[in-house]
Amino acid sequence: MADERDTKNPEDMHHPHVHEEGKFLKWDDDSDHDVNETGHYELMAEAIRELLIEKEIVTADDIRGNLEFMDSRGTHLGAKIVARAWNDPAYKQRLMDDGTAAVGELGIPMGDVELVVVENTDDAHNMVVCTLCSCYPRTILGLPPDWYKSKSYRSRVVHEPRVVLKEFGTDLPDGTTVRVHDSNADMRYLVLPMRPDGTDDWSEDQLAELVTRDSMVGTAPAKSPD
Amino acid sequence: MTTYNVGDKVRVAVTHPPGHRRVPYYIRGKTGEIERYCGAFANPEELAYGFDGRPERPLYRVRFMQSEIWPDYDGPANDSVDLEIQEHWLSPA
Repeated sequence: MADERDTKNPEDMHHPHVHEEGKFLKWDDDSDHDVNETGHYELMAEAIRELLIEKEIVTADDIRGNLEFMDSRGTHLGAKIVARAWNDPAYKQRLMDDGTAAVGELGIPMGDVELVVVENTDDAHNMVVCTLCSCYPRTILGLPPDWYKSKSYRSRVVHEPRVVLKEFGTDLPDGTTVRVHDSNADMRYLVLPMRPDGTDDWSEDQLAELVTRDSMVGTAPAKSPD
Repeated sequence: MTTYNVGDKVRVAVTHPPGHRRVPYYIRGKTGEIERYCGAFANPEELAYGFDGRPERPLYRVRFMQSEIWPDYDGPANDSVDLEIQEHWLSPA
């Protein structure tokens, strides 16, 4: 649509737009039209937030505190759980038997869902999806990545898991069974990845550095020590 | 005391009631094996409409072979998908 744009602003042909200090957009980029627009759902959420505060149902400080709590959760919690399980066989057993109670020991609450831990071995590889929406173990991994919520991942993992794994760079031999876990109800899943070779005398803190988000969702192994 | 034990073969109901359902279409009518009993949980089909979801319903993890779900699955025979299904969607198979 260069012609139409030219009529509105002939300078487009020669200069990039400058919308905000230091922010350049390509001259043919349509996205500049909605950069600072508030969408329907944002407006609605904002209106509800203001009403809740005005009617003294919650305070602005309650909301801020909750956001702070949600932001404090992340993969470092999952990594701590995995590293502990790698280094402490008794803890690992408790984690496999009752995930919710075992993460509770580390001061991590699961809220109103239960945690099921599935262990990767040479014989079986586990991966997690939610085909219905985007259920994710947020209490121990924080917010899910965009790909986890995509229709493509959600629909393909349950019928061509090995193709999806290859796209993540994970090529499994046929001798390794692939188990997909659809978290469609009240359980949340944590994949316990295999402990990388060459880490026998590593401390829990060192081990935690090798535990990635993807290794706990089951799309990749844990990092190897370099 | 639950109706099904680990290892029991069960079939998921084929029914298409309107409303909020947690049983994906791809698994309806398929046969699998009880992997574990998860406990009793409020019924999400009631919770979704503001009811209390009582009585709680037994929830199981059921393991389905890929080849049972997708007849043209071309991976190894042991590959599987586990789902959580409440008891009122299951019958013995």
